[in-house]
Amino acid sequence: MKRPFKTRVKTLTIDGMAVGAREDETILELAQANGIFIPTLCHLEGVHDIGACRLCLVEIKGTSKLLPACMTYAEEGMEVITDSERLLTYRRQVLDLLFSERNHVCAVCVSNGHCELQWLAEKLGISHVGVPYLYPQLAVDASHSFYVLDHNRCILCTRCVRVCDEIEGAHTWDVMGRGVECRVISDLNQPWGTADSCTRCGKCVQVCPTGALFSKGKAVAEMTKKREFLPYLQLMREGRK
Amino acid sequence: MYERLEEITLAEQEVAERYDHTVNVCMAAGCMSSQSGAIKEAIDKEVEANGLERWCRVRGVGCMGLCAHGPLVAVDNGKPAETMYQYVTPEDAPAIVGSLDTAPVERLRCPTDVPFFQRQHKIVLENSGLIDPERIEEYIAADGYTALIKAITEMSPAEVIDEIITSGLRGRGGGGYPTGLKWTTVAKSDGETKYVICNADEGDPGAFMDRSVLESDPHRILEGMAIAGYAIGASQGYIYVRGEYPLAVARLKTAIRQARRVNMLGSGIAGTPFAFHIDIRLGAGAFVCGEETALIASIEGRRGQPRPRPPYPAEYGLWGQPTLINNVETLASVAPIIRNGGAWYAGMGTAKSKGTKVFALAGSINNTGLIEVPMGTSLREIIYEIGGGVSGGGKCKAIQTGGPSGGCIPADFLDTPVDYESLSALGSIMGSGGMIVMDETASMVDVARFFMEFCMTESCGRCVPCRVGTVHMHNLLDKFSRKEATPHDLVLLEKLCDMVRNTSLCGLGQTAPNPVMSTLRYFRHEYMAAITEEAADLFVLDPALSVSRNGATQRAPKLEVAS
Repeated sequence: MKRPFKTRVKTLTIDGMAVGAREDETILELAQANGIFIPTLCHLEGVHDIGACRLCLVEIKGTSKLLPACMTYAEEGMEVITDSERLLTYRRQVLDLLFSERNHVCAVCVSNGHCELQWLAEKLGISHVGVPYLYPQLAVDASHSFYVLDHNRCILCTRCVRVCDEIEGAHTWDVMGRGVECRVISDLNQPWGTADSCTRCGKCVQVCPTGALFSKGKAVAEMTKKREFLPYLQLMREGRK
Repeated sequence: MYERLEEITLAEQEVAERYDHTVNVCMAAGCMSSQSGAIKEAIDKEVEANGLERWCRVRGVGCMGLCAHGPLVAVDNGKPAETMYQYVTPEDAPAIVGSLDTAPVERLRCPTDVPFFQRQHKIVLENSGLIDPERIEEYIAADGYTALIKAITEMSPAEVIDEIITSGLRGRGGGGYPTGLKWTTVAKSDGETKYVICNADEGDPGAFMDRSVLESDPHRILEGMAIAGYAIGASQGYIYVRGEYPLAVARLKTAIRQARRVNMLGSGIAGTPFAFHIDIRLGAGAFVCGEETALIASIEGRRGQPRPRPPYPAEYGLWGQPTLINNVETLASVAPIIRNGGAWYAGMGTAKSKGTKVFALAGSINNTGLIEVPMGTSLREIIYEIGGGVSGGGKCKAIQTGGPSGGCIPADFLDTPVDYESLSALGSIMGSGGMIVMDETASMVDVARFFMEFCMTESCGRCVPCRVGTVHMHNLLDKFSRKEATPHDLVLLEKLCDMVRNTSLCGLGQTAPNPVMSTLRYFRHEYMAAITEEAADLFVLDPALSVSRNGATQRAPKLEVAS
């Protein structure tokens, strides 16, 4: 028998709070709509989710696996826990790993005070990094006429890759390499300034959560990012469909 | 439609009967790499020089299993017990050909009445080493493609799936997911187009089972895939095979061409409306592409990176369509199950693990090679009887199973029956079937470090725990291996193991700590011995800082997020 509904609605609880949901809503969307805080880094409203940063992992009663809130859809009777001690520990460890991976020096960063990584570390109470720093030697690409890419501050969230591909439609950015050797690259791994596909729209710069992508001419703590365009673009496009 | 197969079989038997002698030369990767190509040529020449072409034929066949003693040559004189020769060189050709009508060449003889040959039970490997993998006629003469015809002409798709469920077959790629259940879910998924994918991206260090099956009996995979396609309602299949297996790729290509020619693939198979096409896709060397969602991304032409599941490929797979992904060995078991019935297959093995399993024996073992045994055979039987014991007269210390996702089983547990449950109870996994035997000289810390290095370099880099966590774990293991570790390093290592295991995105990261955790479980003393005396007395920062860190967590956030 064909079921008589198009989209079903579900009720579930998040941290004990009962919430109503459409079946196409994620736990993260529901939590945000209900004022429950779940940390995220790779998630970006307007582009598809990849579940890579693992900060939004939540516990769901009945499953032993932790699931990313950004890619887990509402189900009837689900009991979601977003703030257990275990989850907090793992989230701090994820941030620890991110800080140790590259050279994040807030004191000399253009995004100091406006950085999502820094803000999250503060919010989750990171007072020191529990693993040894890796101190990789990384380059800065300042070949572009407007913007700079500093690999030292990149956390490989791939927001730039997705916004360039899905919103701007240029696909200038992508990722090369494996594991810790992964790098964000423009076109065929060439200096950004020589990447023909780049439209210089700057969307990548605005969505970058850290100071990895920034506008030229900004000094320490001067780089603030403007993201208002994203929900607007999304709204306009959905309206057009 | 059986008549066509019958015709080919009869023609094949007639050819075979014309010859008094058949010389089979192993032409699988192991023996090929030690010159078996030249040996075959030399024997061919020798036969010609003696004018024996009408009485003796020389064939290239698949893997005979005992790779350690290769190159292997088997001589069939029409008697039940064939003669097998080991360590053959091209210079031995005159002796072998000269002795065809007399007694075998004793100095080259490889005894076949030993447990290695006697204790095995071959289903997946039933044709390996007996047929020429480059001729479909020989596969057909060995009952090939009868299962496919039986399935599509006598059974409904639901009956085929039922037969697989009855057989109790479980995924041989390592996970052990019930195959029948997987087929059911894909069959029940909505979707006009469905796909079957054969995962031949075998990449565990020390594992070469799938390679051997592909090289020795490629038609078996095609038949299994076509049956799967019929059962789930797919008409397109892909074989995702790693680029490092050029011989397997070449043989698969030949096999697909031949199968199309006799209408066992293509449109209107065996005169029914069922159509099934198979294409090959090559992997470019990434281990993670063996993970099903990464494999799908790779076939679609994207970067081979996994995505979170659910949705599982059964619902949302290749090009967003329901997709069945099975490992080579799983698909290789399908045709015999359909031919002989699920109950026959379920008659072998243990309560929860049915049938047989192919293992690749490697490491410090006398009979390096491929074996197939019923599930539930004990490790001791595999290592000491079939495997011929530890090489160099050493003592077995541990057995590594499951590759980088598995663990080390200490020699104390040699009597464990090998099945999915008992291996995971020991902290290891069945995995795809790699079995590396280690003797007393092996350092368990080094083993853990080796596999961690593998995971570190093979991580796709998408999720943070696997990308960065494996680097830290590797660096820590390196310290242990250099015997410069501190007590804090052990604490940190265990913390990272727990974190990477529970928070990684895909199976590669989730299982990467397994070799460390299993060696910590059984060989903790080796880690303790690597902690230096001076280091043990050192001031340890982490506990000392715990008070201030706990204080810090209670501080209210001051910064606002940039928006």
